[in-house]
Parts: sequence; C-alpha cells; structure tokens
Amino acid sequence: MKILVTAKRVEDPESKIKVKPDGTGIVQEGLKYKINPFDEIGVEEGLRLVAKHQGEVVVVSIGGKEVQEQLRHALAMGAHRAVWVNHTGPLDQLAIAGLLQKVTEKEKPDLVILGKQSIDDDQNQVGQYLAEFLGWGQATFASKVESLESEQEKNKVPAVTLTADGKAVRVVREVDNGLATLECQLPAVVTTDLRLNQPRYASLPGIMKAKSKPIEELTPAKLGVDVTPAIQVLKLSSPPARKAGIKVPDVAALVDKLHNEAKVV
Amino acid sequence: MPIVLIVAEQQPDGNLRKASLNAISAGKQLADKAGAELHLVLLGKEPAKVADELKGSGAKAVHLGAAAELEHYLAETYAPAIAALAQELKADYVGMASTAQGKDLMPRVAARLKSAMATDITAINGSGADVTFTRPMWAGNVFAEVKLTTPVKVFTVRATEFAAAAGGQGAAEVKTFAPKVEASKTKFVEFKEVKSARPELTEARVVISGGRGTKGDFKEIEALADELGAAVGASRAVCDAGWVPNDLQVGQTGKVVAPALYIAAGISGAIQHLAGMKSSKTIVAINKDAEAPIFQVADYGIVADLFKVLPELRQELAKLK
Ligand SMILES: Cc1cc2nc3c(=O)[nH]c(=O)nc-3n(C[C@H](O)[C@H](O)[C@H](O)COP(=O)(O)OP(=O)(O)OC[C@H]3O[C@@H](n4cnc5c(N)ncnc54)[C@H](O)[C@@H]3O)c2cc1C
Ligand SMILES: Cc1cc2nc3c(=O)[nH]c(=O)nc-3n(C[C@H](O)[C@H](O)[C@H](O)COP(=O)(O)OP(=O)(O)OC[C@H]3O[C@@H](n4cnc5c(N)ncnc54)[C@H](O)[C@@H]3O)c2cc1C
Repeated sequence: MKILVTAKRVEDPESKIKVKPDGTGIVQEGLKYKINPFDEIGVEEGLRLVAKHQGEVVVVSIGGKEVQEQLRHALAMGAHRAVWVNHTGPLDQLAIAGLLQKVTEKEKPDLVILGKQSIDDDQNQVGQYLAEFLGWGQATFASKVESLESEQEKNKVPAVTLTADGKAVRVVREVDNGLATLECQLPAVVTTDLRLNQPRYASLPGIMKAKSKPIEELTPAKLGVDVTPAIQVLKLSSPPARKAGIKVPDVAALVDKLHNEAKVV
Repeated sequence: MPIVLIVAEQQPDGNLRKASLNAISAGKQLADKAGAELHLVLLGKEPAKVADELKGSGAKAVHLGAAAELEHYLAETYAPAIAALAQELKADYVGMASTAQGKDLMPRVAARLKSAMATDITAINGSGADVTFTRPMWAGNVFAEVKLTTPVKVFTVRATEFAAAAGGQGAAEVKTFAPKVEASKTKFVEFKEVKSARPELTEARVVISGGRGTKGDFKEIEALADELGAAVGASRAVCDAGWVPNDLQVGQTGKVVAPALYIAAGISGAIQHLAGMKSSKTIVAINKDAEAPIFQVADYGIVADLFKVLPELRQELAKLK
C-alpha cells in the first residue's frame, strides 16, 4: 500500500496562546511548534498499515522552510520520504486542498490520511475538500472499536482494515451517539480522530535515519495551483474572561449557592 | 433577493436532530442581516416525517429531497444533492449545525461549490454584502472575524451560541424535489448506537462530567445525573481509557456544551476541555487539587475528594425536593 499522510506545523497544544494587541495575529514569542497531533496519529496509522501490508508512507507538509521540522519528525517515526510544498503566507482550505490534490495526483497513493482538524485553526475541512476535489470516498473521524488500553493497541494493529479483496478499507467513525462503519473503495481519504491509535515516539536510530531520508521540494507554481485566499481574517480577539468564582467550604454551602444564588437547582 | 439555505438533519432514528433548530435560528439571523430569504433542506429516505417540525421556523420554504439511496447518510451522496439544490436556488449562503454530520458534509458541499467555508460560527456581524462571521480558533483561546469572499459562502453553526428556532406549525411552504443521487464509492456498513436513557449531552440543562480523577468509576456521577435528570460528559483522558463512550468527550475536539449547570468532577481543566464547556451558565468544580486550573473558570469550587462530595451532594439535592 502506498499511503500519503499530511503533517501540518502547529503550536504545541500546551502553549499559551495570546492575541496581539492590534488583533492581527497571535504573540509568537516563546511558542513551541509540533506536528498537528491528529497528523501524528495519521502517520502512526500509515506505518501500521504498511507494516502489515507492505508499502510506503509519504508525508507532505505545506508551509515555509520551518515545516521541514515536522516532516523530519514524521520521517523519524518511520515514514519513508517527504514532500514539502514551499509557501509562506496565508492559505485557505481551497488552496491547501488544491495543493494536496496535485501532490496526490502525482504520488498516486491508495490512501490519503489527514487529521480531522488542525488544532490551531480548528476548521475540520481539508480532508473533505480533498476527497471531493479528487472524486474519492471519504471516511472522516476514523476511530477504533477497542480502547487505547486494549491488546489490539498494544500490538499496534491498524484500526483501518483492508477488505479481503484488498480493494477497499473499512473504517469505524466517531459520530454523534455512536460509531458508524463505512467501507470505502480505494483510493480513498481518511481523517483521524483521537482514539484511532497512540502514536509511537521517534527512536534515536529513527531520528538519525530521518536525517538522510529525502524531502522533495515543490511550490504552488510548480503544482499549478492559484493560492490567492478566499478568506479574509479581519481581526482576532480574546474571548471575554469568566468572572472569578469562589471556593465553598462544604457541600451544604455549595447546595445553598446553587439553590439560592445561581438558582439552577 | 439573496438566499440562505440551511441543511436540517435527521437522526438515524428518524427524528430531527435538535441542533438543526439552532442552525436555523442562525440562518434566520443571517437572512435578516444580509437582507435574504431563508430556505431549509432536508434529505433522506422519508424526510417528510419531520417536515412539520420545520414549518414554524420562519423559513420561506422547506425543500424535501426523498430518495431510497439516501436512507443512510453518506457525504458522497448528500453533498451533490445539496450542492445541486443550492445552485438551483442560487443560494448565497449554505449552512448547517456543527454536528458530526455537519462537519463531515459541509466541507464537501463547499468544495463542490468551489466555496470558502467557516466552521463553528459563534456570531454573525455586519449587514448586506458585508456580513462576516466570528469563529473560534486555538481551542477557543482566540476568536476570529472572517469574511468569505467566494460567491457562495458555506458555514457550520456552533449550536450553543444560537437559541433554538421555534419548531411546529407555521407558514413555510413545503416543496419536494428529486435529489440528484450520484453513485458512491463508499458503502454504509453499520451504525452502532450507544443508547442512553439520559438527555442528549448537547441539549441537557445539567451536565455532570467526570475526569481521570474518577479512575473510571462513574457510579457516583451517574447516580447524581439520575437525581438531576442530567447528561453525563467526560474529559478526553476518560474516553481514551475506554471508560465511557467516545461521544461523551467534551472539549475542543469533542462536544461543545453550554448547560445551565456544568459539574466537573476530577477534571484538571486543560484548555482543550475548557473549550467545550466555558460557555456554561454556572460551573461547579470538584477537585482535590486546590491549584487545578478548572477552578479558574468555576463559579463554585470545592477542594475535596469527589467520591466523598458526589454522594453528599446527591443527598443534599434530594432534600430540596
Ligand atoms: C491569524 C491567521 C490569519 C489567517 N489569515 C488567512 C487569510 O487571510 N486567508 C486565508 O485564506 N487563510 C488564512 N488563515 C489560514 C486558514 O484559516 C486555515 O489555515 C485554513 O483554512 C486551513 O484550515 P485548517 O488548517 O484549520 O485545516 P483543517 O481542515 O482543520 O485541517 C485538517 C487537516 O488538513 C491538513 N492540513 C491543513 N493544513 C496543512 C498544511 N499546511 N500542510 C499539510 N497539511 C495540512 C492536516 O492534516 C490537518 O490535520 C489564517 C490563519 C490564521 C491563524
Ligand atoms: C489534540 C488534543 C485534543 C484534545 N482534546 C480534548 C478535548 O476535546 N477534551 C478534553 O477533555 N481534553 C482534550 N485534550 C486533552 C487535555 O489536554 C487533557 O489531557 C485532558 O483534558 C485531561 O483530562 P483530565 O482532566 O480528566 O485528567 P488530568 O489532567 O489527569 O486531571 C485529573 C484531575 O483529577 C483530580 N483528582 C484526582 N483524584 C481525585 C479525587 N479523588 N477527587 C477529586 N479530584 C481528583 C486531580 O487533582 C486532577 O486535577 C486534548 C489534547 C490534545 C493534545
């Protein structure tokens, strides 16, 4: 199987995000960056699938030269090679999915795995746009039936499974009120949810090996994609802070407050 | 006149998903601000079943697209049908609630319409052609005002930020249309419902959530939920461990709730969790660590062992009756 996995560079989820006073962006000082956690889950799933079925995991990231760090991280986890679409400046979903479409058409993978959402912009869109652009099936929010504490997880069994004829994948999805199972003809697009797997750490030998793995550089111009944004981000602001509350000494005091002050019970 | 088209959703059990009514009220607000007319669409095998619930919502028309192939929701069959209707109506805006289905479907509709999209909008600003949307980023640490500049603009609605539209009888004209059904490369296999007698997490007046501090023992949380007729929620840590079903996860990457009362027991208050419950009216935190960040958003905090507090709380509340 050939699997293409996306790797977006995002702020570390532990970082404290603050809006610049003029509302044009966020304060960059002191921020650390990581691979989007959902994309790390995607890389892990790709690695498990090729461990089982043979093949290759190719990672792709779009951004300035700093995104090579995230590509190297994915390579250190075990991905085989990387594609870097070099572009600085804002990109909307149409542009990102358009670029990924061209990379996909060039690479011809059986499966593209993306995160369900980026933890910075929180849009939850790119995988679905890409599937439509390619005319492929989509299975978003991929999960698994067993928990992350299960035997299957310990044994690194892929949760995305190939059908007997090898022509489709079965994906269990996290949806409202339960789990839905779909069967997508290959090639297809899958987006990851949190319970799909627990990604591995990059080993020291993995990190060493990653240094010599190839990263191919492309650009929007080379791919022939117009990336003029169709979204204007006019202003960023902080949400209103909640009024500081109080600590109550015991349950009786709590019930009194809930009943007489908040009037919610 | 510009057109706003809102996609309503039918649950697998055939009932209207309640968040649709919140999306419709956002659609109404948008229509008023943009000087537009509100239309609704519902697809399925038998969408007519819930049509009556949509007539009183202030829409001009409710479009029902029935087809046997649409029995089980698939983005691949629903997206072309909705996009085709949007084109036929010359819709300027297409929106839906930010449910699992809304998140799966609307980007595919947007891609088909070559449109930009805003996810999880929390406010609609401006008027006429200058309408903008406000939406959260970075786990709700930031709110962005965005303007979509494609001819058609697509969005999903954060249900907690818009009051539910009135359902029931009303003046909307019900129209049926033959949806354009395309062959799908994806097959629906099964839906395993997690059945619960409790109210829906996103609709409940009271939510009681447990975190890692419960060590997986939800008995006291459930007993208190029974006492209060509340829904049960959880932190990611709890869902990851498989202690409760995944769809109870509250937060940035789970459900967003805003009940009248939210009780967090044994939850530290990571920013990703707060993103899903910070808009609750009253927040109670029960945690043995006085420094836990959850106390920074709690109206009432109690520094104690949850296994002691929860049964006592249940008994005290029972006395109020
Ligand atoms: C302050 C600010 C200003 C901005 N200004 C603009 C603007 O003016 N115009 C504009 O159009 N956009 C702008 N953006 C960017 C835009 O909002 C989003 O980045 C874009 O819509 C994509 O959304 P997302 O990253 O949330 O994707 P999601 O749909 O949440 O991401 C899903 C998956 O897509 C993949 N993916 C996404 N991006 C990449 C990538 N770069 N490389 C590899 N994989 C990727 C990942 O696998 C990810 O898991 C701005 C963003 C910010 C924060
Ligand atoms: C990409 C990403 C997405 C995420 N999305 C979400 C999300 O949507 N929702 C979410 O919740 N999290 C999310 N998280 C995880 C989040 O960062 C935290 O790890 C998680 O919320 C912690 O769960 P917790 O508070 O239950 O556990 P902990 O942080 O371990 O807190 C347990 C708390 O219980 C207290 N405690 C222990 N025993 C007792 C007792 N007997 N009585 C009272 N108190 C006790 C402790 O003092 C502690 O404060 C996400 C993380 C990432 C990276």
